[in-house]
Amino acid sequence: MKHLLETPKNSIPGIFRGEKQKWPLLRNPSLALFPAPAAFVLPVPHHFFFSLLLLAMLWIAMPLAVAGEAQPVAEDPVLEKRVMALAEELRCLKCQNNTLADSPSELAHDLLREIRTLMQSGKSDAEVVAYLVERYGEYVRFRPSMNQTTALLWFGPLILIVGGAIVLLITLLRRRKRIAAATPLSDAERTRAAILLNKKMNDGAGEAGT
Amino acid sequence: MLRFLVPLGIFAALVAFLWVGLGKDPSLVPSPLIGKPAPAFRVVQLHDPNSQIGNADMLGKVWLLNVWASWCASCRHEHPLFMELARARLVPIYGLNYKDKREDGVNWLSQLGDPYVVSAFDADGRVGIDYGVYGVPETYVIDRQGIIRYKHVGPVTMEALQTKILPLVKELEKI
Repeated sequence: MKHLLETPKNSIPGIFRGEKQKWPLLRNPSLALFPAPAAFVLPVPHHFFFSLLLLAMLWIAMPLAVAGEAQPVAEDPVLEKRVMALAEELRCLKCQNNTLADSPSELAHDLLREIRTLMQSGKSDAEVVAYLVERYGEYVRFRPSMNQTTALLWFGPLILIVGGAIVLLITLLRRRKRIAAATPLSDAERTRAAILLNKKMNDGAGEAGT
Repeated sequence: MLRFLVPLGIFAALVAFLWVGLGKDPSLVPSPLIGKPAPAFRVVQLHDPNSQIGNADMLGKVWLLNVWASWCASCRHEHPLFMELARARLVPIYGLNYKDKREDGVNWLSQLGDPYVVSAFDADGRVGIDYGVYGVPETYVIDRQGIIRYKHVGPVTMEALQTKILPLVKELEKI
């Protein structure tokens, strides 16, 4: 869940011992920017049971890790509620589709602490958001504020729908006008059309009959 | 003719937008700090807990601020480039040791070499928050007046150095 740019050292001591020639790419820190999953790195037949054991260990350790990521509840439950409510509205820049409230990253943790401190010092929600926008940009807000650069984002769909409706309306009106303007058929034309249609219909019936 | 050309034109514009969008890295967030004064900080130095360092000390020169940590793999990746840059003495590089243990940071530098004039020590990441750091390493170009001119997120590459950072530094030094 850690971001690519911020991963701890990628070597697990012991695992690579004696595997240097076999996995040169994974040994090369310039190519392996993030730790490959253990099960992927290990040659399966040889270390199969070891990787199973590793998986089992990971599985057991998982609840512990999750417990470690839980945010400490401040002494003041009202404040904590306010912090978390605001954090729902803010994007974690590390795991970009998570909110600050549910991101497990360390940066989110630090920012929550910062928000808590700011609120304790009497800052309003709007002031806290402004503080973060000043540093991380408009991007931290899941609901961007309305200004010149975001106007298209806010009104774009409305413009499209209204524009579409206008185009549709114009097209329909023009069509109606065209239909109204068309000269009606003369009696001769009408008779000819009837004959043609009849013939066709008879032909069709004849074909279907045979 | 027009009734075909208009939708085709709209379609072409859409494709152009999507094409440009595909080439962009969504993990890069434009910093609101560019063109603004670098946030003030004054913290202790990594190597000397009794001395302090702040951005005000660098006023009057163009400098790089590189945010790094011993636990950051990409920092190791960009490190040789900074060593080379320091040797070339093209621009002073100041480090911000971000959310690290003092001992680990000092060891890292003594093992790999120290390209920094001074490293500031930001143990709890407070300075990092002021600078909008969200992925280490990050590198800022700051001008003589203390204005942030450029921010590079992720390891600095030779390409970024040659095409963006160094030309910018040269230009800023003329002013």
